[in-house]
Amino acid sequence: MELSQADINREIEAAARHPGGPQPKHDYPPYRSSVLRHPKQPPHLIDPESIELWAPAFGHRDVADDEADLTIQHAGTPIGERMVVAGRVLDGDGRPVAGQLVEVWQANAAGRYRHQRDQHPAPHDPNFTGVGRCITGADGSYRFQTIKPGPYPWRNHRNAWRPAHIHFSLFGLDFTQRVVTQMYFPGDPLFGYDPIYQSITDPKARELLIAQYDHDLTTPEWSTGYRWDIVLTGTHRTPLDTDEDVA
Amino acid sequence: MTAVPGQTVGPFFHLGLEYPLMNELVPPAHPRAVRLHGRVTDGLGAPVPDAVLEIWQPDPQGHVPQAPGSLRRDGWTFTGWGRAATDPDGHYQFATLEPGATEPGRAPFFAVTVFARGLTDRLFTRAYLPDDPDVLAADTLLESVAPDRRATLITTREPGGLIFDVRLQGDDETVFLTYPRLRDAWA
Repeated sequence: MELSQADINREIEAAARHPGGPQPKHDYPPYRSSVLRHPKQPPHLIDPESIELWAPAFGHRDVADDEADLTIQHAGTPIGERMVVAGRVLDGDGRPVAGQLVEVWQANAAGRYRHQRDQHPAPHDPNFTGVGRCITGADGSYRFQTIKPGPYPWRNHRNAWRPAHIHFSLFGLDFTQRVVTQMYFPGDPLFGYDPIYQSITDPKARELLIAQYDHDLTTPEWSTGYRWDIVLTGTHRTPLDTDEDVA
Repeated sequence: MTAVPGQTVGPFFHLGLEYPLMNELVPPAHPRAVRLHGRVTDGLGAPVPDAVLEIWQPDPQGHVPQAPGSLRRDGWTFTGWGRAATDPDGHYQFATLEPGATEPGRAPFFAVTVFARGLTDRLFTRAYLPDDPDVLAADTLLESVAPDRRATLITTREPGGLIFDVRLQGDDETVFLTYPRLRDAWA
């Protein structure tokens, strides 16, 4: 039986009655694909050791500067609202995560991914792939020029739509800080209907995924701007370790 | 400061995360290359064809690599980091070197991260080399895991390779890890 949005909304409300802290619940039935794919055993707590206290190193050898501009990857100009998303990557103690890899991917302005599995009958844009990479600056800063992605339907339930988002993949100062998440746009009317966004049951934590419109990042006659600062979990390394890194 | 919550990689992660040679930390023809591979399965034992694994490891001498170059492999630099997506049968594979002990007497392991469609947030685990029972028996993590679940953290040796299966759910579920500063990540 195909579930309706009303069925999913009831499940979302039921799950919200047992808030699960600031991170998404692994066991979150409204997101149907999670049912057979979440561990049932609690995670095993350990102190990180050895390689876990380090992060892989990336650098300008890995990523060319123009990979941060998703609008210049083809002969023509992509269709849609040109926008910048910029911010800083910080660790849980407020220190910048410098020289680390940030990867993004997204749908085009019509809500279509350039991926074989995306069969949503919205147009592809021959001038937009939707993939970007950059290396953070010394102050943890990153900046992508792109076009605003559209919302799109998926098959979690009948008439399911994802709020517009950009996928972000982030590395920290140690292995335990690795995270992949999604950035959303302010005021999206689909937030309340989306079991992926709602899998984070703490409303304050969910809001951390929403970029803010920033007029200072908006460029005259060219592009709107959004700011999204990203705080990772705390590193398990001491500041001394990090200093040695730089030396 | 509250850490940014994770979100699923979704079904289209190949678009943003795949790149050439991502799962070849060394060329497969390297004289010391091993094939680290296995299957990712769900709570019914069915293959998970849309998962992506990352490994992070010391070199065979136990040194932590800090050279860049994982995204543009030159065939010579061992960066210690790689990424592999599962195929339609849930199978993934890496060509790599065996990790060494970062300190004498410590059990060598690969640090492993698992992402998938349907997985709301990433999972951490370890894949130990299987060879030295004394070293494994003395390992802090393995010692603290129930004996009947320890095997989920240990690779199986085969000619030229190491097998490491990941069971996301079920009776033989893989042991996944959390760390002191991540405890909030789990409901």
